[in-house]
Amino acid sequence: MMIVTKFLRFSAIFTLALVPFFGFSNVEEHAHAEAAEPKDKKTEIKEFIDHHLQDNHDFHITSWKGTHYGMPLPVILIDNGLHVFMSSKFHHGETVAESKGNFYKLYHGKIYKTDAEGTINYDDNHKVLNEKPLDFSITKNVAMIIVTSILLIVLFSSMARSYAKNGGLPKGAGRFFEPIILYIRDDIAIPNIGKNYKKYMSYLLTIFFFVWFLNLFGLTPLGTNVTGNIAVTGCLALLTYLITTFTGNKNYWKHIFWMPGVPWPMKIILAPIELLGTIIKPFSLMIRLYANIVAGHVVLMSIIGLMFIFKNWIGSPLSFALAFALSLLELLVAALQAYIFTMLSALYFGAANEEHHHEEAHH
Amino acid sequence: MTIPNIVGAGLIVIGAALGIGRIGGSAMDAIARQPEASGKIQTAMLIAAALIEGIGFAALFAA
Repeated sequence: MMIVTKFLRFSAIFTLALVPFFGFSNVEEHAHAEAAEPKDKKTEIKEFIDHHLQDNHDFHITSWKGTHYGMPLPVILIDNGLHVFMSSKFHHGETVAESKGNFYKLYHGKIYKTDAEGTINYDDNHKVLNEKPLDFSITKNVAMIIVTSILLIVLFSSMARSYAKNGGLPKGAGRFFEPIILYIRDDIAIPNIGKNYKKYMSYLLTIFFFVWFLNLFGLTPLGTNVTGNIAVTGCLALLTYLITTFTGNKNYWKHIFWMPGVPWPMKIILAPIELLGTIIKPFSLMIRLYANIVAGHVVLMSIIGLMFIFKNWIGSPLSFALAFALSLLELLVAALQAYIFTMLSALYFGAANEEHHHEEAHH
Repeated sequence: MTIPNIVGAGLIVIGAALGIGRIGGSAMDAIARQPEASGKIQTAMLIAAALIEGIGFAALFAA
């Protein structure tokens, strides 16, 4: 009961804190510049999927009968000076936003500098020639990362305080998270890293819950796709790489450059391969998380789109059932990918910290 | 989506599925031999499957 009231209080405060940013942009939907004629269903679905996989400058919940429901996000540009305005000025790419004398237009998710009419210059290969200002806006991904970080901080610091108050016993949400945290410590960190696992625990715990919660947020109707963004997963993999590089002990570097126990011609051949391996392992972390999440979302949205292509009584409910089953699988994949990322990071940290084994058979 | 792309994607799926299938098979044999080690075997199986899937996705991405 306590957890329900606490959760309700937390969510009420959270929603209230977001109210200042709410601006329902009720805009009459103009005909899009690209296609005035009705597109066929396949291209429409493809565009819908692309729109949801990309990063956007506003939260777009739905468009019902010509009005957009959503929440615009601040746009921060650096273009000979700082320009800050709300993305509602773009009106979903219809109008040109003006700020301190410069004009900007949102085209296919990117902001381009343009003139007062909003002309986009193409070159022969249909690539846009306008220049792009440095875009530091709070886009959907950035906003979701901030929300998730705040959620993690609040959740786990309140959990830690409840431990102190209850003399080591978990209460409330702690009862759900404690087995998970202990699992990460006992089955991921200690078997892989060994005795100085403690200095890596905070990173492993953070990465696990961060990736798990972001994956879960990607499955909600908010339409966010943070871990499906290769820049985000790239940064997480980069962090793992930096930590393994900077906490590697002498044994680790010795195993890479001058692997003991092999004849010396092999050592010279192995060294560049092992060096490449240190880069490829975090690279595979990045690709694995990105591809799993993006593939899941694309297939799920395609099947939902299939519901609209089959417009009869048999095809659509079947597609709906398939989409439902796939969503359950996606829940599993969300947790599994977080686990795999944490596991492999712990494996690499363990390799960075290995002590020298004395081989028994010395010739 | 040209024909070579699609054929390549199919080959990648065959390779990944064969690999993961073999791992799953030997994991099941091992669990049948020693049911009390099933936790460790399951963990090892998931790790190997994730690594193979990683290459599979990376290649699928390029195709």
